[in-house]
Amino acid sequence: MSAQFSTKHVSTKVREFIKDNFMFRDDRADLADGESLLDAGLIDSTGILELVAFIETEFSIQMADTDIVPENLDSVETIVRYVDGKLEAAA
Amino acid sequence: MSINRIEDYLSASAQKFGSKVALVAGGRRLTFAELDRLSDRVAAVLVGGGVGRGDRVLIFMDNCWEAVVSIFAVLKAGAAFSPVNPSTKADKLAYIAGNCRAAAIVTQGRLKGVTAEAAAACESVRLTMIANAGKDGVAHGAVSFEAACETPVARPPRTGINLDLAMLIYTSGSTGFPKGVMMTHQNVDAAATSITTYVGNTPDDVILAVSPISFDYGLYQVLMSVKVGATLVLEKSFAFPQAILNRIAQEKVTGFPLVPTMAALLLQMKDLRPGQYPTLRYITNTAAALPPAHIARLQELFPTTTVFSMYGLTECKRCTYLPPEQLKTRPGSVGIAIPGTEAFVVDDDGLALPFGATGELVIRGPHVMKGYWENPEATAKALRPGPLPQEMVLYTGDLFRTDEEGFLYFLGRKDDIIKTRGEKVSPKEVENVLYSLAGVREAAVVGVPDPVLGLAIKAVIALETFSTLSAADVIRHCAKHLEDFMVPKHVEIRDQLPKSENGKIARRQIEAEALETAQ
Repeated sequence: MSAQFSTKHVSTKVREFIKDNFMFRDDRADLADGESLLDAGLIDSTGILELVAFIETEFSIQMADTDIVPENLDSVETIVRYVDGKLEAAA
Repeated sequence: MSINRIEDYLSASAQKFGSKVALVAGGRRLTFAELDRLSDRVAAVLVGGGVGRGDRVLIFMDNCWEAVVSIFAVLKAGAAFSPVNPSTKADKLAYIAGNCRAAAIVTQGRLKGVTAEAAAACESVRLTMIANAGKDGVAHGAVSFEAACETPVARPPRTGINLDLAMLIYTSGSTGFPKGVMMTHQNVDAAATSITTYVGNTPDDVILAVSPISFDYGLYQVLMSVKVGATLVLEKSFAFPQAILNRIAQEKVTGFPLVPTMAALLLQMKDLRPGQYPTLRYITNTAAALPPAHIARLQELFPTTTVFSMYGLTECKRCTYLPPEQLKTRPGSVGIAIPGTEAFVVDDDGLALPFGATGELVIRGPHVMKGYWENPEATAKALRPGPLPQEMVLYTGDLFRTDEEGFLYFLGRKDDIIKTRGEKVSPKEVENVLYSLAGVREAAVVGVPDPVLGLAIKAVIALETFSTLSAADVIRHCAKHLEDFMVPKHVEIRDQLPKSENGKIARRQIEAEALETAQ
C-alpha cells in the first residue's frame, strides 16, 4: 500500500469530500461508513460525476465505466475499499 | 370483465397472467397475482382507516414495489392518488397535502419525519401508512404497510366509476406554487391506450422505469406495463448509468424510456460500444427535445433499437410522437398527434393555422385534464371551449411550427421566446446548435438585459469532463450555424446546470441568476 495514501488518509479525504459537497442539510446526523448515499438521498447523477472526477484527480486513478457502480461508490466504506484496491494494484 | 377504471388493468392482468412476473424492484419479484392480492389488502386497510370514495391520498415514496402496490390500493379504495417526489421537503409536502385536503399519506421509513411534520400541519390527513419503518417501528397512530399486506381481508367493494378522479399530479409553473392536474380514469385510460398503441407494447415487453413515479413519464410505465401484461423493472435513480445498463442486460429489457439529461450521461460514457444491448426494442424520449446530434449518436450506439421522439405536458400526459421512420428526414420534429387525439397550431385569436405557420399548440382529445385542482383561474387560462358544447381543449402555452406536411416542431414556451434586436429567438434553437459542438454536455440559453439590444443572448453551458472549450470557441461555433442575432453575446461555463426534480434543466432559475449578475 502506498505510504502517501494510507487507508486512513483515503477515508479522511473521501469523508471530507462528501461532507463538503453532498451533506447540505444541517439537521443531518453524520454519515455512517456503510450508509448508502443513494438511499439517504444525498447523491444524484451529477453528484456521481463529481465524485468520479474527485477520485480520479485526488488519487490519480482512472475509472472505467464498469467501475462506476453502487458496489464501488454508494457508501464511504465501498469507496475507500475501491480506492485502496486500485492503489494496491497500481503499486 | 369490464375494463373501466384503472385498477381493472391489474385485475385483468392478474386473471390472464397471474403467475407471470409483473414487477422487478429492489431485488424483489412480484407476480401479477401477488400485486393484485397485496393491493386488495392495502386497499381494505386504507378504507378501514377512513379513506373514502373520491378522497386524495399522497404517495410519498421512492420508486419501490411498495409504491406500485399503493397506487393500485388507493384506486381500489375508490380514492385518487397523488405521487409526490421523495426529495420534497416538509413545507412543500404540507402545501400539497393542504391544497388537495389529502385524507392519507403513504410513505416510507426514510421520509417518516418529513411526513409527520407535514401531516401535523394538515388537519385533513387522518391516516399515515409507513413502509420500511425501521427499527423504531411505526409511530403511534400511523399504520404499518407491511402489517396491511399481512391482513387477510377482502378487497373493498367497488364504489367509483370511470368519470371519477384517478390521480392528481402536481406540476410546477411560473408562479412558484405547484398546481394539481386532475386526471380521471377515462383520461388515464385514453392516454395509456394511445401510447401503448404507437409504441407497440405487448406482454413480451420488459420495460425499465427509472424516472420518478411522481413524474407522469415514470408513473405511466407502471400503469401501461400492468395494462398490457408486460414486466416492469423499477429503478430508483439514474445516478449510476452503468448499473442501469447492467440491469438492462440482466433482465433483457426491451423498452427504455429516457429524458435528454439521461441521454447526455449515456453519451458521455467512455466504454459504450454499438450493439451491446440488443434486447432493447425501443427507446423513448420526452420532457425536453433531444438535440438531433444526440438522437444520431443514440442510434449509432443502439443500432437495433427504435427511437421515439415525443412531446407532452402533464396537462394531457402526452401530445405528440414522431413515427420513427421520420427520424431520417426530420429529426428535429416531435411529430404528430398521438392516436385518437388532435394537435394543431393556432394564431393569437385561437384560429387554426394552415401548415407552414407558427403559433401556439392546442390539444384536443380524451386525454386532456379536467383542470387544476380548485384553481379556476389557472384552469381558465389552460382550458378553453372546444368545438362541441361543454368540450374543453388544452392551450399548451408552447410555440410550435408545422412543416408543409404538418409535422410539428417545438420552438419553446411562449414565455421563453427572447426578443433581441427586435427579432424573436427560440432558446431551444440556439441550444441545439450548442449541443452539436463536441464538449458541450448541457446548455441553456436565456435573455439578459442589454442597453442596446433590449435583451442579449446568454449561453450557460456545462462541459463534458476534461473538455477545454473556451467561451470564444462556443461563440465561433454558433456564428457558423446561426443567424447573427441568435449568436450568444455572453457565454458562461459552469460545472453543471441546475435541474428540476424531473431532471429537466431549470431554465427559469438560470434566467433569474443571469438577471442578478447583470445588475
